[in-house]
Amino acid sequence: MAIIDLANPTRFLALTNRVLPWLAALTVIVFAYALYRVAYAPDDYQQGATVKIMFLHVPAAWLAMMGWGLMTVAAFGTLVWRHPLADVTAKAAAPIGAAFTFICLVTGSLWGRPMWGTYWVWDARLTSVLVLFLLYLGMLALYWTADDPNRSARAAAILALVGAINIPIIKFSVDWWNTLHQPASVLRMGGSAIDASILVPLLVMALAFTLLFLLLLLLAMRNEILRRRVRSMRMMQAASI
Amino acid sequence: MTRKQRRLTLIGGSLAVLGVAAALVLFALKDSIVFFNSPTDVVEKQLAPGTRIRIGGLVEPGSLKKGDNLQVSFKVTDGAHEVSVRYQGIVPDLFREGQGVVAEGKLEAGGLLAADTVLAKHDERYMPREVVDALKKSGRWQEGEMNADAHVVGKKP
Repeated sequence: MAIIDLANPTRFLALTNRVLPWLAALTVIVFAYALYRVAYAPDDYQQGATVKIMFLHVPAAWLAMMGWGLMTVAAFGTLVWRHPLADVTAKAAAPIGAAFTFICLVTGSLWGRPMWGTYWVWDARLTSVLVLFLLYLGMLALYWTADDPNRSARAAAILALVGAINIPIIKFSVDWWNTLHQPASVLRMGGSAIDASILVPLLVMALAFTLLFLLLLLLAMRNEILRRRVRSMRMMQAASI
Repeated sequence: MTRKQRRLTLIGGSLAVLGVAAALVLFALKDSIVFFNSPTDVVEKQLAPGTRIRIGGLVEPGSLKKGDNLQVSFKVTDGAHEVSVRYQGIVPDLFREGQGVVAEGKLEAGGLLAADTVLAKHDERYMPREVVDALKKSGRWQEGEMNADAHVVGKKP
C-alpha cells in the first residue's frame, strides 16, 4: 500500500482501527517507564526537587509547538491540495494543542513562583506562548462557529499559516531578547546543558507525551471523519424527503 | 504552472511577506520587548531620577548586605558597570551572590535603584549536586553565568 492511499479516509479509518490498540498499549507502557525514570531522577543542584516540574512543563511546551506545526503542514494540504483529511487533521489537533499549551502555561507559572519569585511576567517567551494559547482558542472558536466544514477549512488553514509565524518567535524569543526565562537547554549550540541523569528521563517523558499526542490525535481524527459522514448522511436523508 | 503550483507560490509568497512584516515590527519594538536593561544601559542612557526601570544582571559577589526588617542591598553588575539596589521584602530562594537577578523599581538620585520587586533568574544548566561537585573538583566548573551566558547579564548578541 502506497503512502498516498492513506489519504483516502476509508483506508485511513481501517488502518487507524488496527493501529489504535497497539498505540494505546505502547503509550501506557512508555508513560509508566517515563514516570519511573522521572521519580528517580536526581534533584538539581540549584533548584532541588522543584526541577521535577520540568518533566511536565518542557514536553508540554514542545507538544504545544508541534501541534501548531502539524496544523501548519495540514494547512498546506487544505489550501494547495484541497485534501479533506488535511482539515480533519487540523481540526483534531487544535484542542489537543490548546490543552498542551495550557499545561505548559500552568506548570510554568507554578514553577516560576518558587524559583523566580513570580507567577507571571510579561517577558518575550511567556508572552509569545500566551499568544500561542490565544491563537489555539481562536482556532477552536473558528471551528465551533462554522457549520459547513468545507468553508471553515479554508479559514482555519489561513489562521494556521498566519499563526505559524509565532512558532519561531517562541523558540528564539530567549535568544533575540533578554527575558526572565532562561535560554534553551536541550536544542542549543554546543549540545544540551542538562546532565544525562536528568536529560534522559526528560527525553523519555517527551516520547511518552508525543505518543499520547498521537493517540489522542488519531482518536479525534477518527471521530471527526465519522462525524462528517453522519452529517452528509443526514443531509442526503433530508434531501430525499 | 499548474493550479497547485500557483497556489503554493501564492501561499509561500504571502507567508514570506507576512514574515518580513512581523520581523520588522519586532525589530522596531525591540527596546520594549526586552524584559530588562543592563547596568550599562542605565549608565549610558543617563536616565532621570524617578524613572521606573527593570535592571538585570548578576548580584555582585561581596556586595550583598542584609539589614533589619528584611532590608537588603546589593549591586547588580554586567561585568562592565554596576547599579546599587535597595529592597525590602522576601527575596526568592535562588537569590544569592553571583546569581542572575532582575530588580524593578524607581531610580533615585545618585543612580540607586529603590526596588519593589526582585526576581531571581537562573541559567539553562540542570545537573545533580554530585556532578557539580565533581566538575568543581576537576576544575572544569565555570562559576557564575558571567561568561557562560551573556543573556543573564543582559548583553545583547
